Amino acid sequence: MAKILVVTSGKGGVGKTTTSAAIGTGLALRGHKTAIVDFDVGLRNLDLIMGCERRVVYDFINVINGDATLTQALIKDKRLENLYVLAASQTRDKDALNIEGVEKVINELKENFEYVICDSPAGIEKGAHLAMYFADEAIVVTNPEVSSVRDSDRMLGLLASKSRRAENGEEPIKEHLLLTRYNPERVTKGEMLGVEDVEEILSIRLLGVIPESQAVLKASNQGIPVILDEQSDAGQAYSDAVDRLLGKEIAHRFLDVKKPGFLQRLFGGRE
Amino acid sequence: MNLFDFFRERKKQTPASIAKERLQIIVAHERGHRNEPDYLPALQKELVEVIRKYVNIDQDQVQVALEDQGSCSILELNITLPDR
Repeated sequence: MAKILVVTSGKGGVGKTTTSAAIGTGLALRGHKTAIVDFDVGLRNLDLIMGCERRVVYDFINVINGDATLTQALIKDKRLENLYVLAASQTRDKDALNIEGVEKVINELKENFEYVICDSPAGIEKGAHLAMYFADEAIVVTNPEVSSVRDSDRMLGLLASKSRRAENGEEPIKEHLLLTRYNPERVTKGEMLGVEDVEEILSIRLLGVIPESQAVLKASNQGIPVILDEQSDAGQAYSDAVDRLLGKEIAHRFLDVKKPGFLQRLFGGRE
Repeated sequence: MNLFDFFRERKKQTPASIAKERLQIIVAHERGHRNEPDYLPALQKELVEVIRKYVNIDQDQVQVALEDQGSCSILELNITLPDR
């Protein structure tokens, strides 16, 4: 049975699309056939982050309106066998989405994929609502910062009341916290909320902590999901998060300040 | 920095602890209102108006809460009257 995963946050700019691309790619890397769907109609960016922006012919709205089949609209990733992207429409707005259309597309995706990742737009309006409505699990992307934490809590409230599972009285959506742009140095100095603080406030299961990393910009510049940069801290942290999503127990990394080694302290320079 | 400053420094709140405290308060407040029906604020306002005909009270001296008890809900009113 296919799993529908929504990547959501409420607040914009916290790393939803980066996360959708990384988690989707990570699942495909582990052999699971995965589709990543951009719900940000009018402001699509998943295609850029995935590096397939020049191969978009048909989009989500075309499929909903019957202008194209799902097979025509799905963009196969050039790097991985099991990975597909469904782009959002850039010329329409969120009103082009409707619940029946989204349900039809999701159901068709469920037949052909093991995982469907719904990349939610920011906000709590139609696009965000439809992105989470059919979800089985949710990854709530949060920055260690007051407005992001508050918006995440609001989103958790909506996941618990405005989803299909909630409306049908089924088992609730499984919620995961992904803390991104984490800076252990600033946490140590008392300038930034720590993992435990955010966990305590939101009280949901921690899926992973992604450190603030230069690798993320480098990856998005090139259209490569950051998880494919295996040398980078962010890439490794996403990789751990994917393993945890699949049920593995892995200790959290990158939570503490890196202590420079003896030689490094002596000669300076970067690792 | 002398010894006195050292101890005072440790007591002082960090920006992160202030953030946590503020978030805990606002999140708890918003969660409390999450499942409330839309009519509660209006109900509270009208209740205050009725009570004010007899006793002079402030808006925040009437607390209205709806508690879900499974099959039924309990509307709880808490009205604090001023000292006589």
